[in-house]
Amino acid sequence: MTEYNPANVGTVTRYVVVESWNVTPSDVAIRAYEVAKGVMIKENCFGLVIMGQEADVDRVIAEVRKMDPAHIFVKDRGFPPGDARRCRATLGGARPGFNGIEFEMTVLPYISNGLERTQSLDTASVPVPARAAPDRRLDVYTLKKMIDAQEP
Amino acid sequence: MAKIFIYPATSLILSDLVTRFGHKPLGSAIAIRERVQTPGLESSPLQITPEEPKKGLHWAAVEVPSGVRGRMALYGPMAEECDAAIIINNADLAFGCMGCARTNELLKFLLRQKEIPRLELEYPKNEAEGVQFVASIKKFLTDLGGPK
Repeated sequence: MTEYNPANVGTVTRYVVVESWNVTPSDVAIRAYEVAKGVMIKENCFGLVIMGQEADVDRVIAEVRKMDPAHIFVKDRGFPPGDARRCRATLGGARPGFNGIEFEMTVLPYISNGLERTQSLDTASVPVPARAAPDRRLDVYTLKKMIDAQEP
Repeated sequence: MAKIFIYPATSLILSDLVTRFGHKPLGSAIAIRERVQTPGLESSPLQITPEEPKKGLHWAAVEVPSGVRGRMALYGPMAEECDAAIIINNADLAFGCMGCARTNELLKFLLRQKEIPRLELEYPKNEAEGVQFVASIKKFLTDLGGPK
Protein backbone atom coordinates (compact mmCIF):
# COMPACT_ATOMS: atom_id res chain seq x y z
CA MET A 1 0.00 0.00 0.00
CA THR A 2 1.23 3.46 -0.88
CA GLU A 3 0.95 6.43 1.41
CA TYR A 4 -1.63 8.99 0.30
CA ASN A 5 -0.92 12.68 0.75
CA PRO A 6 -3.82 14.74 -0.56
CA ALA A 7 -3.40 18.01 -2.40
CA ASN A 8 -5.63 21.08 -2.03
CA VAL A 9 -6.70 20.25 1.53
CA GLY A 10 -9.29 22.67 2.92
CA THR A 11 -10.57 23.76 -0.47
CA VAL A 12 -13.99 23.24 -2.01
CA THR A 13 -14.80 22.50 -5.65
CA ARG A 14 -18.10 23.41 -7.27
CA TYR A 15 -19.60 22.88 -10.70
CA VAL A 16 -21.32 25.77 -12.42
CA VAL A 17 -23.70 24.38 -15.06
CA VAL A 18 -24.97 26.81 -17.69
CA GLU A 19 -28.27 25.96 -19.39
CA SER A 20 -29.12 29.30 -20.95
CA TRP A 21 -30.18 30.58 -24.35
CA ASN A 22 -28.31 33.88 -24.03
CA VAL A 23 -25.25 33.12 -21.88
CA THR A 24 -22.62 30.57 -22.93
CA PRO A 25 -20.12 28.76 -20.69
CA SER A 26 -17.32 30.90 -22.20
CA ASP A 27 -19.20 34.13 -21.27
CA VAL A 28 -19.49 32.84 -17.73
CA ALA A 29 -15.81 31.80 -17.73
CA ILE A 30 -14.70 35.30 -18.83
CA ARG A 31 -16.79 36.91 -16.06
CA ALA A 32 -15.45 34.38 -13.53
CA TYR A 33 -11.82 35.10 -14.53
CA GLU A 34 -12.49 38.82 -13.98
CA VAL A 35 -13.36 38.20 -10.32
CA ALA A 36 -11.24 35.07 -9.84
CA LYS A 37 -8.86 36.34 -7.20
CA GLY A 38 -7.56 33.27 -5.35
CA VAL A 39 -9.60 30.55 -7.08
CA MET A 40 -8.84 28.07 -9.84
CA ILE A 41 -11.29 28.02 -12.74
CA LYS A 42 -11.60 25.35 -15.41
CA GLU A 43 -13.98 25.82 -18.31
CA ASN A 44 -15.69 22.79 -19.80
CA CYS A 45 -18.48 22.00 -22.24
CA PHE A 46 -21.38 22.57 -19.82
CA GLY A 47 -19.96 25.33 -17.60
CA LEU A 48 -17.12 25.72 -15.12
CA VAL A 49 -15.36 23.91 -12.33
CA ILE A 50 -14.26 26.33 -9.61
CA MET A 51 -11.88 25.42 -6.79
CA GLY A 52 -10.59 27.47 -3.87
CA GLN A 53 -11.40 28.52 -0.34
CA GLU A 54 -15.14 28.30 0.29
CA ALA A 55 -15.68 32.03 0.77
CA ASP A 56 -13.79 32.87 -2.45
CA VAL A 57 -15.64 30.22 -4.48
CA ASP A 58 -19.00 31.44 -3.17
CA ARG A 59 -18.06 35.03 -4.07
CA VAL A 60 -17.20 34.08 -7.67
CA ILE A 61 -20.37 31.97 -7.97
CA ALA A 62 -22.56 34.79 -6.63
CA GLU A 63 -21.05 37.08 -9.24
CA VAL A 64 -21.49 34.75 -12.23
CA ARG A 65 -25.01 33.79 -11.16
CA LYS A 66 -26.06 37.43 -11.68
CA MET A 67 -25.58 36.92 -15.44
CA ASP A 68 -28.66 34.68 -15.67
CA PRO A 69 -29.89 33.65 -12.21
CA ALA A 70 -32.57 31.18 -13.30
CA HIS A 71 -30.36 29.40 -15.85
CA ILE A 72 -27.08 28.94 -13.97
CA PHE A 73 -26.96 25.99 -11.57
CA VAL A 74 -24.35 25.01 -9.01
CA LYS A 75 -23.43 21.77 -7.25
CA ASP A 76 -20.60 20.50 -5.09
CA ARG A 77 -17.87 18.21 -6.37
CA GLY A 78 -15.66 15.92 -4.31
CA PHE A 79 -12.56 15.94 -6.53
CA PRO A 80 -10.47 18.97 -7.57
CA PRO A 81 -10.55 19.99 -11.27
CA GLY A 82 -8.41 17.84 -13.56
CA ASP A 83 -7.88 15.12 -10.93
CA ALA A 84 -6.41 12.08 -12.71
CA ARG A 85 -8.83 9.77 -10.88
CA ARG A 86 -11.81 11.47 -12.48
CA CYS A 87 -10.63 13.56 -15.44
CA ARG A 88 -11.57 12.09 -18.83
CA ALA A 89 -8.23 13.27 -20.24
CA THR A 90 -6.60 10.36 -18.41
CA LEU A 91 -9.53 7.92 -18.22
CA GLY A 92 -11.05 8.32 -21.69
CA GLY A 93 -14.79 8.40 -22.42
CA ALA A 94 -17.30 10.39 -20.43
CA ARG A 95 -16.29 11.40 -16.92
CA PRO A 96 -17.91 9.20 -14.25
CA GLY A 97 -20.85 11.27 -13.03
CA PHE A 98 -21.44 13.05 -16.32
CA ASN A 99 -24.41 10.79 -17.05
CA GLY A 100 -26.22 12.25 -14.05
CA ILE A 101 -25.61 15.83 -15.18
CA GLU A 102 -26.56 14.87 -18.74
CA PHE A 103 -29.88 13.46 -17.53
CA GLU A 104 -30.66 16.45 -15.32
CA MET A 105 -29.79 18.91 -18.10
CA THR A 106 -32.86 17.64 -19.96
CA VAL A 107 -34.97 18.68 -16.94
CA LEU A 108 -33.24 22.03 -16.30
CA PRO A 109 -35.41 24.08 -18.73
CA TYR A 110 -38.49 23.12 -16.67
CA ILE A 111 -36.67 24.09 -13.47
CA SER A 112 -35.55 27.44 -14.94
CA ASN A 113 -39.13 28.14 -16.02
CA GLY A 114 -40.34 27.13 -12.55
CA LEU A 115 -37.83 29.46 -10.87
CA GLU A 116 -38.91 32.40 -13.04
CA ARG A 117 -42.62 31.74 -12.54
CA THR A 118 -42.43 31.17 -8.76
CA GLN A 119 -40.57 34.45 -8.15
CA SER A 120 -43.83 36.38 -8.25
CA LEU A 121 -46.09 33.56 -7.17
CA ASP A 122 -47.47 32.56 -3.80
CA THR A 123 -46.14 29.00 -3.48
CA ALA A 124 -49.12 28.01 -1.31
CA SER A 125 -51.41 28.62 -4.30
CA VAL A 126 -49.56 26.11 -6.52
CA PRO A 127 -51.00 22.57 -6.37
CA VAL A 128 -48.79 19.86 -4.91
CA PRO A 129 -47.27 17.64 -7.66
CA ALA A 130 -49.20 14.43 -8.22
CA ARG A 131 -47.41 11.42 -6.74
CA ALA A 132 -46.80 8.40 -8.88
CA ALA A 133 -47.97 5.04 -7.66
CA PRO A 134 -45.37 3.74 -5.15
CA ASP A 135 -44.76 0.57 -7.14
CA ARG A 136 -45.18 0.60 -10.88
CA ARG A 137 -43.95 -2.94 -11.45
CA LEU A 138 -46.23 -5.44 -13.11
CA ASP A 139 -48.05 -7.36 -10.40
CA VAL A 140 -48.45 -11.13 -10.59
CA TYR A 141 -52.26 -11.07 -10.98
CA THR A 142 -52.09 -8.78 -14.01
CA LEU A 143 -49.35 -10.98 -15.48
CA LYS A 144 -51.54 -14.08 -14.95
CA LYS A 145 -54.44 -12.34 -16.73
CA MET A 146 -52.16 -11.46 -19.63
CA ILE A 147 -50.92 -15.05 -19.89
CA ASP A 148 -54.51 -16.41 -19.76
CA ALA A 149 -55.55 -13.96 -22.46
CA GLN A 150 -52.98 -15.41 -24.88
CA GLU A 151 -54.27 -17.54 -27.72
CA PRO A 152 -53.51 -21.25 -27.08
CA MET B 1 -29.83 27.20 7.90
CA ALA B 2 -30.94 23.58 7.99
CA LYS B 3 -29.01 20.56 6.67
CA ILE B 4 -31.04 18.89 3.95
CA PHE B 5 -30.25 15.39 2.75
CA ILE B 6 -30.81 15.17 -0.99
CA TYR B 7 -31.71 11.99 -2.84
CA PRO B 8 -30.38 11.26 -5.51
CA ALA B 9 -27.32 12.31 -3.53
CA THR B 10 -25.55 13.53 -6.68
CA SER B 11 -28.49 15.62 -7.93
CA LEU B 12 -27.50 18.96 -9.46
CA ILE B 13 -31.08 20.26 -9.34
CA LEU B 14 -31.68 19.49 -5.66
CA SER B 15 -28.22 20.68 -4.62
CA ASP B 16 -28.79 23.98 -6.43
CA LEU B 17 -32.34 24.58 -5.20
CA VAL B 18 -31.45 23.82 -1.57
CA THR B 19 -28.52 26.26 -1.70
CA ARG B 20 -30.59 28.84 -3.58
CA PHE B 21 -33.29 28.81 -0.89
CA GLY B 22 -30.77 29.26 1.91
CA HIS B 23 -29.99 25.79 3.28
CA LYS B 24 -27.10 23.34 3.16
CA PRO B 25 -27.44 20.29 0.88
CA LEU B 26 -25.88 17.03 2.10
CA GLY B 27 -24.90 14.86 -0.87
CA SER B 28 -22.22 12.49 -2.13
CA ALA B 29 -19.70 15.23 -2.93
CA ILE B 30 -19.38 16.24 0.73
CA ALA B 31 -18.53 12.69 1.83
CA ILE B 32 -16.20 12.05 -1.11
CA ARG B 33 -14.38 15.37 -0.57
CA GLU B 34 -13.81 14.46 3.07
CA ARG B 35 -12.11 11.21 2.01
CA VAL B 36 -10.19 12.67 -0.93
CA GLN B 37 -8.73 15.37 1.36
CA THR B 38 -7.78 13.08 4.25
CA PRO B 39 -4.23 11.62 4.33
CA GLY B 40 -3.89 7.85 4.75
CA LEU B 41 -3.31 4.91 2.46
CA GLU B 42 -3.72 5.19 -1.29
CA SER B 43 -7.05 3.61 -2.25
CA SER B 44 -7.92 5.02 -5.65
CA PRO B 45 -10.25 6.24 -7.03
CA LEU B 46 -12.62 7.23 -4.18
CA GLN B 47 -10.32 6.63 -1.21
CA ILE B 48 -12.75 4.04 0.11
CA THR B 49 -10.59 1.88 2.39
CA PRO B 50 -11.35 -1.50 4.03
CA GLU B 51 -12.35 0.54 7.09
CA GLU B 52 -15.54 1.81 5.41
CA PRO B 53 -17.47 -1.50 5.35
CA LYS B 54 -16.66 -1.80 9.06
CA LYS B 55 -18.12 1.67 9.72
CA GLY B 56 -21.13 0.64 7.63
CA LEU B 57 -21.97 -2.01 10.21
CA HIS B 58 -23.63 0.79 12.15
CA TRP B 59 -26.47 0.85 9.57
CA ALA B 60 -26.40 -2.61 7.97
CA ALA B 61 -25.93 -6.11 9.37
CA VAL B 62 -22.78 -8.13 8.79
CA GLU B 63 -24.61 -10.39 6.29
CA VAL B 64 -25.24 -7.38 4.07
CA PRO B 65 -22.67 -7.21 1.23
CA SER B 66 -19.62 -5.05 1.89
CA GLY B 67 -20.53 -2.88 -1.14
CA VAL B 68 -23.69 -1.74 0.63
CA ARG B 69 -21.92 -1.25 3.96
CA GLY B 70 -19.11 0.72 2.27
CA ARG B 71 -21.62 3.03 0.60
CA MET B 72 -23.52 3.41 3.87
CA ALA B 73 -20.28 4.62 5.50
CA LEU B 74 -20.56 7.60 3.12
CA TYR B 75 -24.28 8.28 3.39
CA GLY B 76 -25.12 7.02 6.90
CA PRO B 77 -23.51 9.86 8.88
CA MET B 78 -25.23 12.44 6.66
CA ALA B 79 -28.61 10.69 6.98
CA GLU B 80 -28.21 10.91 10.75
CA GLU B 81 -26.98 14.49 10.69
CA CYS B 82 -29.69 15.93 8.42
CA ASP B 83 -32.58 18.08 9.67
CA ALA B 84 -34.83 17.35 6.67
CA ALA B 85 -34.77 15.39 3.43
CA ILE B 86 -35.89 15.83 -0.17
CA ILE B 87 -36.31 12.60 -2.12
CA ILE B 88 -36.92 12.25 -5.85
CA ASN B 89 -38.57 8.90 -6.46
CA ASN B 90 -38.12 6.85 -9.64
CA ALA B 91 -34.99 8.83 -10.54
CA ASP B 92 -33.33 7.27 -13.59
CA LEU B 93 -29.96 8.74 -12.69
CA ALA B 94 -29.89 6.83 -9.39
CA PHE B 95 -29.76 3.61 -11.41
CA GLY B 96 -26.71 1.52 -10.72
CA CYS B 97 -25.44 -1.91 -9.77
CA MET B 98 -27.11 -4.05 -7.11
CA GLY B 99 -24.90 -2.44 -4.44
CA CYS B 100 -26.21 1.01 -5.41
CA ALA B 101 -29.81 -0.24 -5.64
CA ARG B 102 -29.78 -1.85 -2.19
CA THR B 103 -27.98 1.14 -0.64
CA ASN B 104 -30.60 3.43 -2.15
CA GLU B 105 -33.40 1.31 -0.69
CA LEU B 106 -31.77 1.25 2.74
CA LEU B 107 -31.07 4.98 2.62
CA LYS B 108 -34.66 5.85 1.71
CA PHE B 109 -35.89 3.50 4.43
CA LEU B 110 -33.68 5.21 7.04
CA LEU B 111 -34.85 8.67 5.96
CA ARG B 112 -38.50 7.59 6.11
CA GLN B 113 -38.03 6.05 9.55
CA LYS B 114 -36.46 9.21 10.90
CA GLU B 115 -38.96 11.73 12.19
CA ILE B 116 -37.87 14.70 10.13
CA PRO B 117 -39.67 16.90 7.58
CA ARG B 118 -39.54 15.06 4.27
CA LEU B 119 -40.57 15.99 0.75
CA GLU B 120 -41.03 13.29 -1.89
CA LEU B 121 -41.30 14.22 -5.55
CA GLU B 122 -40.80 13.00 -9.09
CA TYR B 123 -38.75 14.70 -11.80
CA PRO B 124 -40.96 17.11 -13.78
CA LYS B 125 -41.91 16.04 -17.30
CA ASN B 126 -43.35 19.34 -18.56
CA GLU B 127 -43.48 23.06 -17.76
CA ALA B 128 -46.53 22.85 -15.48
CA GLU B 129 -44.91 20.08 -13.44
CA GLY B 130 -41.70 22.14 -13.35
CA VAL B 131 -43.54 25.03 -11.68
CA GLN B 132 -45.16 22.64 -9.18
CA PHE B 133 -41.77 21.00 -8.52
CA VAL B 134 -39.98 24.28 -7.80
CA ALA B 135 -42.93 25.73 -5.84
CA SER B 136 -43.19 22.70 -3.56
CA ILE B 137 -39.43 22.70 -2.85
CA LYS B 138 -39.50 26.46 -2.24
CA LYS B 139 -42.46 26.14 0.14
CA PHE B 140 -40.86 23.16 1.94
CA LEU B 141 -37.55 24.98 2.44
CA THR B 142 -39.18 28.30 3.37
CA ASP B 143 -41.28 26.53 6.02
CA LEU B 144 -38.03 25.18 7.50
CA GLY B 145 -36.91 28.75 8.12
CA GLY B 146 -35.11 29.71 4.92
CA PRO B 147 -35.17 33.21 3.44
CA LYS B 148 -38.51 34.31 1.94
